[in-house]
Amino acid sequence: MPQDLSATPETPKEDDRPKWDNKFQYILSCIGFAVGLGNVWRFPYLCQIHGGGAFLIPYFIALVFEGIPLLHLELALGQCLRKGSIGAWNTISPYLGGVGSWMVSILVSLFYNTVLTWVMWYLINSFQEPLPWSVCPLNENRTGFNEECYESTAVNYFWYRKTLNITPDIAESGTFQWWLILCLAACWAIVYLCTIRGIESTGKAIYVTAIFPYLVLTIFLIQGLTLPGATEGLIYLFTPNLNTLKNPRVWLDAATQIFFSLSLAFGGLIAFASYNPAKNDCEKDAVTVAIVNSMTSLYASIPVFSVLGFKATTAYWDCLDRNIINIINEFDLPEESIMRQNYTSWISFLNSSYPEKIAGLKLKSCDLQEFLDQSVSGTGLAFIVFTQAIILMPGSQAWAILFFIMLFSLGLSSMFGNIEGVFTPLLELQILPKSAPKELLSGIICLISFLIALCFTLGSGSYWIDIFDRYAASVPLLVIAFFEVIGVVYIYKIKRFSEDVEWMTGRKLSLFWQITWRFISPLLLLIVFMAFVTLQMQKPPSYTAWNPNYEGFPMKEEKVYPPWVQAICVLLAALPCVCVPLVALFHLAKQKRRSKEPSLVPPEVSSCQEANSNFSHPKE
Amino acid sequence: MLRALLLILSVVAIAHAELCKPDAQNAFKVRISIKTALGDNAYAWDANEEYLFKAMVAFAMRRYSSKSTTQISNVLLCNVTDRVSFWFVVTDSSKNVTTVPGSEVEAAIRMNRNRINNAFLLSDKTLQFLKITSTLSPPVEPSTPVWLIVFGVVLCLILAGIVFLIVSGIQKHKKKNKESTERENLEEKVEVTLENGIPCEALDLKAGHINGVFAADDDRFTSL
Repeated sequence: MPQDLSATPETPKEDDRPKWDNKFQYILSCIGFAVGLGNVWRFPYLCQIHGGGAFLIPYFIALVFEGIPLLHLELALGQCLRKGSIGAWNTISPYLGGVGSWMVSILVSLFYNTVLTWVMWYLINSFQEPLPWSVCPLNENRTGFNEECYESTAVNYFWYRKTLNITPDIAESGTFQWWLILCLAACWAIVYLCTIRGIESTGKAIYVTAIFPYLVLTIFLIQGLTLPGATEGLIYLFTPNLNTLKNPRVWLDAATQIFFSLSLAFGGLIAFASYNPAKNDCEKDAVTVAIVNSMTSLYASIPVFSVLGFKATTAYWDCLDRNIINIINEFDLPEESIMRQNYTSWISFLNSSYPEKIAGLKLKSCDLQEFLDQSVSGTGLAFIVFTQAIILMPGSQAWAILFFIMLFSLGLSSMFGNIEGVFTPLLELQILPKSAPKELLSGIICLISFLIALCFTLGSGSYWIDIFDRYAASVPLLVIAFFEVIGVVYIYKIKRFSEDVEWMTGRKLSLFWQITWRFISPLLLLIVFMAFVTLQMQKPPSYTAWNPNYEGFPMKEEKVYPPWVQAICVLLAALPCVCVPLVALFHLAKQKRRSKEPSLVPPEVSSCQEANSNFSHPKE
Repeated sequence: MLRALLLILSVVAIAHAELCKPDAQNAFKVRISIKTALGDNAYAWDANEEYLFKAMVAFAMRRYSSKSTTQISNVLLCNVTDRVSFWFVVTDSSKNVTTVPGSEVEAAIRMNRNRINNAFLLSDKTLQFLKITSTLSPPVEPSTPVWLIVFGVVLCLILAGIVFLIVSGIQKHKKKNKESTERENLEEKVEVTLENGIPCEALDLKAGHINGVFAADDDRFTSL
């Protein structure tokens, strides 16, 4: 007799999906995810080796035709379907299993946080006076400096021995470095603290981690510009050399840099956008995030190159000074008779009068260009070159602390996106029972990741991180992004998608997006993928090892990966890609078994508007 | 008499020249960099400074061998250049034309290096005895490495944050559960009251359709 009273339809089903507190949090999270360590230590390097200012041309072309369209696609997809990466892909078509990007997010989270562990280790060591990487330790009987340190530099020694305790070969695993394990635990604890409730907690943390690096970059900019030699570095960086544009490698590097810099195809952006209200201008968001990311890269390269110019100039002056001292001592000339300015005239005079004596001194030729040419990217830039430059600055502790906190926040805000890409799909798949709190799921994710990442704290850990960086975080992303675009444009159908975007943004989709989504971006992705794979295949997979017993020490030794390591590389690259055809086959088989007449038509896909129809908007 | 004196002096001079020359046996080269060490406060190297140097070496020899026989005149300087660099040698006062063995001189200088440096306001690097290596001072090592302390502080802060967030999450969860059970109780009460007759909600659903039952019931009640 009693009706089903619970079906009181005065309010439609309340959507308990978490939401951003405000639009600014969402934009800041996307920017924080995109702006990461690569903006600081990869873009300036690329600018430098590819003809300075001229590199900006292929970079901006790639931004406009590849970066912004793909970014817009991902944000629109997440916002429309309101699901994480796995759910979104499943909604488009079950044949496009979305596990690929979820897997890439996990792999990248593992090794990215280990890089943050190194940053944290340097950070907590920056509180000492003098900085531990500025002096060589003494050897056992206190007669001289430690040999390994003496032959290379104190900075190299601190990085390779005191931090990594690196083994000479990837096959030698070495032991666990307990100090790195402690720092790794602290890093994962910080990540857990910030992502404990999903976007409710990262949304608060992002205010600090996304804005703080800009403050520090500004401080470094002001400091960097006042250093001697800064202008040389900047001129060297930005002098355009248009000839480099003829080299196709430059265009490939620009395209890959934009692609990886915007953190596309990780699933993190889809997750972020899925927490948006459905009627949100995703087009403007995409353009904003992409432009801010590129501007940040440019902005970061100025202090980086001021400091590098300063370092090169100081090294040049040191070289000159050493030569001057040798000459003065040999010829017993009074002090300060030869200065840096009249060095060349003195050298020519002495060479003509006493050539044998000069030859006997074995003076090194000091060339400023040569010092400026020593370009490094990646961890070498941050932990070797920059730390060396920091020692030369007055008040080095403060600069070191600022620099490493900045790197830490840059990396942490990118970690939020990675973890979100892992967390949101798991939350939707309801791995844990509904009554279990979200804190438990994020805790489990962080704990398991910490345990797996322990293998990066072994002696050979940094070689493995290079492998993960080169193979797991490069090719699979290109493949996944390609399938993403193809899936949305040709399976979900561009017409339906453009209607959805129109419904969300409130204006018609412009022709630019139609053309780029349909043709230009997939084509570019295909070309980049082919070129990338071809280039990787050309040289056998090798790495450089730090081996104190090598004859050419302190140069690093070139070694080839052993076969079992090469197999792992292939596995890392192939596994996320292979998910797409595997899941497609699985569903095809299921379909064949279920229905009598197998049809290749994918099941009816609910469009954006239908997915949002039972969600009432307070302001419509 | 005068001739004899001159003869002795010349012999001594020649002997000295023999004893003190570059690369002589038991001779050491000294290199001084005053301008590098003191910059604008640099003093000039003149005969008085040389006298002080001889005095310091004699002092070092006296302290080392603890016999007060070495005189300032026993220390011979030669080949002073503009650099400023020179050679010196210490003669033995007991035996006339010989020099003190180099190892003794080296040990004496080593023992008193600090005093000698300070007399000239210089350091090991700016007052160099070319064949005498200086002992390196060990780096200062605090008992607990500083980084462990900083790490401990950071970790404590993080753990405090995590515990706080988890506890507040549990409390919010409990409060939400309590609220939802209260609401359910309230709804049940409301349902109970509605169970007595035809529920009003059902009436509303039918969009104002007048139910004959109710209309009939109205007649049963007498109007006041």
